[in-house]
Amino acid sequence: MTPALRLDGLSKTFPVGKKLIGAARGHVRAVRPVTLDVAEGETLGIVGESGCGKTTLARLLVGLEPPSAGRVEIGGKALDNADPAAFGRLIQYVFQDPISSLNPRKSIRSILEVPLKRLHGMDADERADRIREILASVNLREEFLDRFPHEFSGGQAQRIGIARALAANARILVLDEPVSALDVSVQAQVLNLLAALKRKFGLTYLFISHDLAVVEAVSDRVAVMYFGAVVEVGRAETIFAAPRHPYTKLLADSAPVVGRPLTAPEGKDTELPDPLNPPPGCPFAPRCPKATNICRAEDPALEKMGDDQFAACHHPLDAET
Amino acid sequence: MTRFLWLLARNQLALMGGIVLVLVVLVCVLVPVLPLRPPDVTNTADRFLAPFSDGHLLGTDHLGRDLLSRLLWGTRLSLAVGFVAAIAAATLGSAIGIVAGYFGGRTDNIIMRGVDMLMAFPYILLALAIVAALGPGLLNALIAVAAVNIPFFARNIRGITVGIAHKEFVDAARLAGKGHLAILTTEILPNVIPVIVIAMSTTIGWMILETAGLSFLGLGSQPPQADLGSMLGEARAALITNPHTSVVPGVMIFVIVISINLLGDGVRDALDPRLRSGALSRPRPATNVRRESVPQGPGEGVLDIRELETQFHVGKRIYRAVNRVSLTIAPGECLGLIGESGSGKSVTALSVMGLVASPPGVITGGAAFHEGRDLIGAPYRDLRRLRGDRVAYIFQDPLSTLHPLIRVGEQLAEAIRVHHKVPRAELRRRAVELLGAVRIPNAESRVDSYPHEMSGGMRQRVAIAMALANEPEVIIADEPTTALDVTVQAQVLSLLDDLRRERGVAILFITHDFGVVAQMCDRVAVMYGGRIVEEAATADILNAPAHPYTKRLMDCVPELGGGRRKLDAIPGLPPAVDKLPPGCAFAPRCDKVREACRAAPVAMTRAGGRAVRCLYPETDIAKDPA
Repeated sequence: MTPALRLDGLSKTFPVGKKLIGAARGHVRAVRPVTLDVAEGETLGIVGESGCGKTTLARLLVGLEPPSAGRVEIGGKALDNADPAAFGRLIQYVFQDPISSLNPRKSIRSILEVPLKRLHGMDADERADRIREILASVNLREEFLDRFPHEFSGGQAQRIGIARALAANARILVLDEPVSALDVSVQAQVLNLLAALKRKFGLTYLFISHDLAVVEAVSDRVAVMYFGAVVEVGRAETIFAAPRHPYTKLLADSAPVVGRPLTAPEGKDTELPDPLNPPPGCPFAPRCPKATNICRAEDPALEKMGDDQFAACHHPLDAET
Repeated sequence: MTRFLWLLARNQLALMGGIVLVLVVLVCVLVPVLPLRPPDVTNTADRFLAPFSDGHLLGTDHLGRDLLSRLLWGTRLSLAVGFVAAIAAATLGSAIGIVAGYFGGRTDNIIMRGVDMLMAFPYILLALAIVAALGPGLLNALIAVAAVNIPFFARNIRGITVGIAHKEFVDAARLAGKGHLAILTTEILPNVIPVIVIAMSTTIGWMILETAGLSFLGLGSQPPQADLGSMLGEARAALITNPHTSVVPGVMIFVIVISINLLGDGVRDALDPRLRSGALSRPRPATNVRRESVPQGPGEGVLDIRELETQFHVGKRIYRAVNRVSLTIAPGECLGLIGESGSGKSVTALSVMGLVASPPGVITGGAAFHEGRDLIGAPYRDLRRLRGDRVAYIFQDPLSTLHPLIRVGEQLAEAIRVHHKVPRAELRRRAVELLGAVRIPNAESRVDSYPHEMSGGMRQRVAIAMALANEPEVIIADEPTTALDVTVQAQVLSLLDDLRRERGVAILFITHDFGVVAQMCDRVAVMYGGRIVEEAATADILNAPAHPYTKRLMDCVPELGGGRRKLDAIPGLPPAVDKLPPGCAFAPRCDKVREACRAAPVAMTRAGGRAVRCLYPETDIAKDPA
């Protein structure tokens, strides 16, 4: 079966210190080649710490940034022109900050009408019907339509953001930290709403977050990113319980868990590598307890380990841990 | 809009300016129908008649033309030219600015360097050059004045647009299928229009002056047509002998320009969002205190907060942010204060040392005892002595709490120096020692780093070092790890825990994360709607929460290792603290709610080390002290 979404060697390099005339001083590899398949109806979680390239990856997926290399295929068809409107009908984006993703000077109605008008060319009556339908599916009342974004709480604003993504009628949604700006009690409401919408419309999700517990709770599979690359992919139930990559284990051990005594799982002075001057070999090697000479020389590729787990590591951890 | 007009009218000078301007504009509009003498008909027999002479209210000029008629026709022309020039400059300049700011990169660079070149010429020289090239005439003077003012608008609007073009709603519009033109006109333009209006209102007077200047030099309106500048120019020769010919247009220019400027300042103030919130005045150094009754001391533990009440008075609304909160912290203890945003946990912490911004914050009741004395009523001098010395704070965002232009070592030294007399060399040694204590590698060299040279985790360690600088008895840590990544959070939490045990410092730890509370804190207090709803030892709360809110809140937080699942969300929203219900604040969202819950405020029930504010608790704390 063709995957709903396929990333084939997708990468992005940003020039740094560009002048009016002449070449850039250096390059930052925000996303190193990423190859991933996402099945129809699946939720793929993407976790990683700040600066690991997960938001850049998301922006590549929806066409907000043109990739430096590689391509995005949706339903078997390549989308190589970075035209957000062409992407818009197939894949949509839900932003992290619900308030700043809504134009403060537009009513909710005019925000929701744009994708219907621009992407689907609906007339006024069709639009009104469709908006009513979408609003009901995200549990918002119709009287909200003529209000402005600042009148809403974070959770309500995020529902509007989700409604806008649904209005485009895309089958794939990229959710970039959709609940991290929300309070915990509201966070659960939005997560449950997302799950219900997925069932109802048969959607495929890419769920990006820094919160391991949230990702685990909503995902079928999880991809762990470090320094611009996917270092491990596996089923949500097993990836944190039995990680193969030492970085995944570090993440899992660092998350505060009730009933686990407080320990810093690694040395107290470790730092991320400098993106302008990346070390040769595996970028995790300087922090890794198992690093050897080969790690400092050669960047490992993603390899199959176990049934459906992939890790990019020269010295993977044992399966039974 | 009504609010804008109300704010504008509140400014008396702006109101006066507005009224004068409206009168002048009204007269100018009515000029063709007023019974005036023709302005251009000469009558040399009547030259230089003084004001108030028969038939000529303001006298006549050197050709015997009626000054009143020329003045009104001239004002009409000058105003029209000024307005048109302002609109032209604003339209073109804003268009250039929006395009440059939106596209950025090379487009921006090329456009803005062109604008810089335009600005490099003195304005009058540029205007003269334009008029010289196009020939004299009012229309050309208008073009010159508009062109000269384009850079001002272009630069202003570009700056605003750069900020807006990277907002997420612009990306959202692209994904919704909008092209560049649609985004520029329908997404960005509505957000910069207030700035354009402000810029126009403050420059239109200036443009009228510039047009008058060109006409004065004979480059603007051509004889016999009158405008204010050419009237002045023609009157120049008779300045000494017949001053009224200069005074009449001069006064009119003064009246117009000052009324426009006063109104423009008023418009700017009324549209400026910072002035709108009413927070124009600088906050006072300590929070206002207006208490009716004061709890009696001396209090227990190292910090004893009793019945603390902090409110925000905004207009007629009263936000009860902290509502009779009592907390006691024993020496060396870590007390967790957990709650959602708006529950009042940060305001509680800030109230202790009078750090709540005033206005609008007011402490309306309660006390906070430290070593037997009440900090709430303490004079500012005493508070200042204690702040950072006996009670220190750690805040959420270390990037905004550290001064960006001062080396971290000097900031640490300053924290010590304001409280203790220590020689310079000793200060540096102490700073290095402190950085070492928070496990910063190479403390010797890091002491000379600037905050931006450090990672987020490092900066938070510096903030912790600063809190420790004077060996305080209490540290109030307000979400100290929320802005950090998980691996860094684990490091910072274990550091805080080590330091607390080594130094015996008590910590009031504010957070929204149960995982963090479980690992850090001895006791936990849960806040909801400005009140403490439950308080107990950490293990008791986690194993058997008594308040339904605590239980539901814990259920809706996913925990690592639980696999894929449906979360038990709490329906509804946290309460607005300016409209709290009369009974239990959680009642509208609670699934166990009964009539009694809504009727009257629920009192705290205490048993053993536990306390809960609920009529029908999940766990009977009296029977089951756990």
